Amino acid sequence: MDQSILYVEGVTVSFDGFKALHDLNFVMAPGELRVVIGPNGAGKTTLLDVICGKVKPTLGRVVFEQYTDLLHLHEDEISNLGIGRKFQAPTVYTSLTVFENLELSLNRKKGVFNTLFKGLTSVQRDKIHETLATIGLQEKQGDIAGLLSHGEKQWLEIGMVMMQEPKVMLVDEPVAGMTDHETEKTGALLQKISKERSVLVIEHDMAFVRQIAEKVTVLHEGTVLFEGTVDEVQNHDKVKEVYLGRGDH
Amino acid sequence: MNSLTHSKKGNTDTLKWVLIITGCWLALLMMNLLPSKDSIFYLSSFNLNTAGKYMAYAILALGIDLLWGYTGILSLGQGIFFGLGAYCMGMHLMLSIGGEGAYQSDLPDFMVWNQLESLPLFWQPFKSFFFSMVGVMAVPALFALVFGFLTFRSRIKGVYFSIITQALALTVWLLFNQNSMNLGGTNGLTDFKKILDFPLSDAATQRVLFIATGICLILAFLLCRWITGSRLGKVLIAIRDNEGRIRFSGYSASRYKLFVFVVSAALAGLAGALYVPQVGIITPGQIGVLPSIEMIVWVAVGGRGTLVGALLGAIGVNWARSFLTSNYPDLWLYFLGLLFIGVVLYFPKGMWEVSGRLKTLLKSRKKKQPVIGKQLT
Repeated sequence: MDQSILYVEGVTVSFDGFKALHDLNFVMAPGELRVVIGPNGAGKTTLLDVICGKVKPTLGRVVFEQYTDLLHLHEDEISNLGIGRKFQAPTVYTSLTVFENLELSLNRKKGVFNTLFKGLTSVQRDKIHETLATIGLQEKQGDIAGLLSHGEKQWLEIGMVMMQEPKVMLVDEPVAGMTDHETEKTGALLQKISKERSVLVIEHDMAFVRQIAEKVTVLHEGTVLFEGTVDEVQNHDKVKEVYLGRGDH
Repeated sequence: MNSLTHSKKGNTDTLKWVLIITGCWLALLMMNLLPSKDSIFYLSSFNLNTAGKYMAYAILALGIDLLWGYTGILSLGQGIFFGLGAYCMGMHLMLSIGGEGAYQSDLPDFMVWNQLESLPLFWQPFKSFFFSMVGVMAVPALFALVFGFLTFRSRIKGVYFSIITQALALTVWLLFNQNSMNLGGTNGLTDFKKILDFPLSDAATQRVLFIATGICLILAFLLCRWITGSRLGKVLIAIRDNEGRIRFSGYSASRYKLFVFVVSAALAGLAGALYVPQVGIITPGQIGVLPSIEMIVWVAVGGRGTLVGALLGAIGVNWARSFLTSNYPDLWLYFLGLLFIGVVLYFPKGMWEVSGRLKTLLKSRKKKQPVIGKQLT
C-alpha cells in the first residue's frame, strides 16, 4: 500500500445474503484518473458507497492516504477528510440558487455555530466564481438549481464536489442521459479536474471511457476481473465475455 | 445577482416586516389606551388581552416554521414544549398566590385538596421569578435536546419522526393528567392572582404583558430571520431538499436538526410562558395531541418557509377561531377542517402564496400593455 491514496482490501458487502462486493481489492495512487466499468450489478456504485461511508462492509478494510481507516467514520467526517462524491442521479439542493449550492459546498468549518456566525470572505467568493466559470454556469448563478437542465445539474454537482477541494473525487456515471456534446464537455471537465486531484469515475459509455481513461478497472460480480489500459480491456477475452461481448455496449 | 445583494435585500425586507409588526402592535395598544370607551376605535382590554394571546401563539408558529418550513421536520409534539414553558410559568404564578388561595394555605389549592403536606421538591425553585423565567425556555430546550439527540442520532426522520413526536405528545398529556404528578391533574394550574406582586386582574398589568409579548415576538422574529438569512439557514434548506446529500457536503445533518429543534422548542416554551398569565389557566387539554396538530395547521395555512406567513397564520386562524366560536359555535371545527383541506389542495404553500399571486396579478393589471417575453421569467 505504498503511496496509495485509496486502499481497499478484502472488502465484502452483503445485503441479506446477496454479496454486492466479494473480497474486493482495489488500490489507487495519488493523482490518478481511474475508470471503473462493469455490467449492471457488478458492485460499482456499492464500491463508492463503501469508500464514502454510506455503506459499511461486513468484512475488509478501507484506508485513505495510508493511515486513515475510513470504516469507523461518518459520511460527513469522510467528506471533510477530502473525499468528495458525485452521485449517479444529479443531487443538488433544488430550492437554493446555483451560487448557494456552491457556497454550501465550500471547504471550510462546517459546525453549527460557524455556519451561523461566519459570512463569505472575498477570497471564498472569488473561488465560487472561479468554479462557476469552470463548470460554465456563470450566467445561471442566481437561478434556482431545481430549474436547471439535467446536464447543468450534473455540472453543478461536479462543481459542488470541486468546491470541497477533495483529494479524491468519486464520480458515478457523470454522462448518463447527456447529449454527445454535453458528454464531451464533461469529459474535458473531468480531465481538467484530474490534473489537481485523484478522480475515480464509474462509467458505462465506452466512447466516453476511451476519451478520458488512463487505467480501467473491470468489476464483475463484486470483485475485480481485470485492470489495464482501455485497449487491453477491450481485447481481454474474459472481459469481452462478461461485459463487452454482449453487443449493447 | 450574487448573494451580497441578496442579503441586503433580505435585510430591508426584515426591517419592513419588523416595522409593520411593531406598527400593528403599537396601534392595538394605542386603541386600548387613547380613545374613549364609546369610540369605534376603542379596543377593550379583553380584546387586547386576546390579541396578546395570539401574539404568543405567533412566537410558537415561528419556531414551527423554522423546523418544518425550512428544515422539513414535521414535529407533531410542539404542544409539549409549549406546555413545558406554560407549566414553568404556571408553577411560579401558583406559588405567587401565597396564602390568598381558597384554603389560606401556603400550598397551591389543588395540593391541599390532594392532601399534600409540603411543597414537592421540583416545585421549590419556581418560587424564584428569575429561575422560572430561565426555566420557561431552558426546560423545553433541554427536553428537546435529549429527545432530539436520541432520535436524530438514530436517523429517525420523515413520517417516523412525526409519529414518534405525536406519541410523545400523547404520553406527556397522559402524564400531566395524573394527579400524582402534582401538576394539578386535569384541571391544570389556574386561579393565579399576581405576577411580581402586580395583580393579574388589573388592566394595566395585562397591558404590560401585552407589551412584553410584542417585544418577545419581534425579538423572536429577528432571531428567526437572522438564522434563515445566515449560511446555517441555507444548510437547513439543503437538509429539507436532500438530507442524504448534505452529509456528503461535509455537514453533520443531525447536529443541525438538533439545533433547530432546540430553538423551536425554546420559542414554544416562551410562547407558553407568555400565554399563561394572559389567559389565566393552563391545563393538559391545551398541550396534547390535538393542540399540537392545530399549531401545525396555523403554519400550513399561513405559509411554510416564509416566517411572516407562519406568524400571520397563527394570528389569523386564532382570530377566526374566536370569531366563529363566539358567533357560530357549531361551525368552527368544520371551518378549520375545510380551511386545512382547502389550503393543502389549492394553496400548498399557504395563504402567503395567495398574497404573492395577487401582487403579481395587480402588477400585471397596472401595466396596461404587457410586454411579451419580459413577463415570462
